[in-house]
Amino acid sequence: MTGRDLLPIAAFALIAACVPLFVTSNVVLNFLVFTLIIALAAQGWNLLGGYGGQYSFGHAAFFGTGAYLTAILQVRFGMNAYPAFAAGIALAALVGLAIGFMAFRSGLRGSYFALVTLAFAEVFRVLANASEVTGGAAGILIRLRADPLNFQFAERGTFLWVAAALVTLALVATLALERSRLGAQLVAVRENEAAAQALGVDVLAVKLRAIVLSAGMTGAAGGLYAQYFLYLDAQIAYGTWISVEALLAPIVGGAGTVFGPVLGAVILHGLAEATKTIAGRIPGIDLVVFGIVLILVVRFPPRDIPGLLKRWRR
Amino acid sequence: MTGTGADPAFLAVRGITKRFGGLIAVNDATLDVAEGSITGLIGPNGAGKTTLFAVVAGFETPTSGLVMLEGEDITGRRPHHLARMGLARTFQIVQPFAGLSVRENIAVGAFLRESRRAAALAVAEEVAARVGLTDQLDKPAAALTVAGRKRLEVARALATRPKLLLLDEVLAGLNPSEVRDIVPVVRAIRDSGVTVLMIEHVMQAVMNLCERVHVLAQGRIICSGTPAEVVAAPQVIEAYLGHGAAARLQGGAHA
Repeated sequence: MTGRDLLPIAAFALIAACVPLFVTSNVVLNFLVFTLIIALAAQGWNLLGGYGGQYSFGHAAFFGTGAYLTAILQVRFGMNAYPAFAAGIALAALVGLAIGFMAFRSGLRGSYFALVTLAFAEVFRVLANASEVTGGAAGILIRLRADPLNFQFAERGTFLWVAAALVTLALVATLALERSRLGAQLVAVRENEAAAQALGVDVLAVKLRAIVLSAGMTGAAGGLYAQYFLYLDAQIAYGTWISVEALLAPIVGGAGTVFGPVLGAVILHGLAEATKTIAGRIPGIDLVVFGIVLILVVRFPPRDIPGLLKRWRR
Repeated sequence: MTGTGADPAFLAVRGITKRFGGLIAVNDATLDVAEGSITGLIGPNGAGKTTLFAVVAGFETPTSGLVMLEGEDITGRRPHHLARMGLARTFQIVQPFAGLSVRENIAVGAFLRESRRAAALAVAEEVAARVGLTDQLDKPAAALTVAGRKRLEVARALATRPKLLLLDEVLAGLNPSEVRDIVPVVRAIRDSGVTVLMIEHVMQAVMNLCERVHVLAQGRIICSGTPAEVVAAPQVIEAYLGHGAAARLQGGAHA
């Protein structure tokens, strides 16, 4: 990694840091924080799905685990928010390792892997909905104590800084992965498993490392969500909405690229907000937009756009 | 058998049998590869050559038999483990990482021994020069010609710094001038200290390159010897041309 590689990330951090200085509208700040949380979750998905080609439909399993443990350790065990957040990330990574070990060791790939991850996330959702420790269907509420020592902030702008800092960290980590041996081997596994094996790549070990990093990063997004909204229930934490968001953003923005997930999250949520403003609060209108964008992206892959433009100009 | 004196052969395949259900793809195959040699494995289509390669490289587990590398039993070890031990293979149907550049493709192989990206990329450049891909380093692998992809297969395998290189029909599908270009590349690889075992149909190259040839037909090794011995052997002629062909050919020569 050289200074020049880090330049776009530094630019992102600088812009994000300046936003709270100029924007005071709570609605806008709220939108930005939420988008950054999604971007972080999506960046986690991108490590495994974008670089490794292992498409998970169940990243909610990691998001929810990070979120719930962050909340439960504070509410039920009186732990400070920061170690609780760290523990949430660690447990999410561990859940990733467990799911990955079961799925990858049995050689599950493609749609089979996607279905298994989806099933795990759904099992977690049902369990969280029924369990005592998660607050069951009533959900769990983190007590409002706006103090930086509690990982809570009176100003939304401050929280935006924290979220942007975590996303920046995720971008740097992704760039470092891209330039590392693990990154090269992960992409090789995505492109051709047999060829990667022949070149000495331990496919199982590479996939497991990727899913651990991926799950930890998405778990961090979950913990951040818990600290920002201070309320969780099973549908929020383990719902399919976050699995879909986590994979849609990178696919729209560019899977297997450093900035894809951030770009995708901004595009998707920007469009959804714009539609809501124009079309009014029709329930589910944002999902309709997501669907249309997804169809367009699959039909006209962004990497083909320069070629398409050239053809139209003729 | 070759074998250098009392030393065990560099690569020793002993009684390998591989069944797929009712089909016996390889039947009790035994062969040796001497260290520092270029050894050929030839045989009609469907003889089981690629299956035997897959068994040696750890992609298939044999039904029975042993594979020994430098006297160590490596039967049934995983491919990545064997690659670490110094055994590399290419694929008959080329398997480039299509989304990556040629340089990045080769670097994946180099990462086996190098942990740093800069070092792996340096190895990639050096290996590309050895196989004649220097001009194509920044091309996407998918944009290479068939001959280019064959070179890429060899380059990636070489980047793992193997002791033994298994080449599966690297000359198939190439035109005569491309074959002439690659033959010296293979010889240079051997001269750099890598033992080569190659499956090949292009007999011109086999005669040119190999010190020793094993002939596989219907899963069995039917003949082993120098290229000249092998092409003259009646059982080899019959395997290729059918039962009685050797006698008819000889009869024709006498008449």
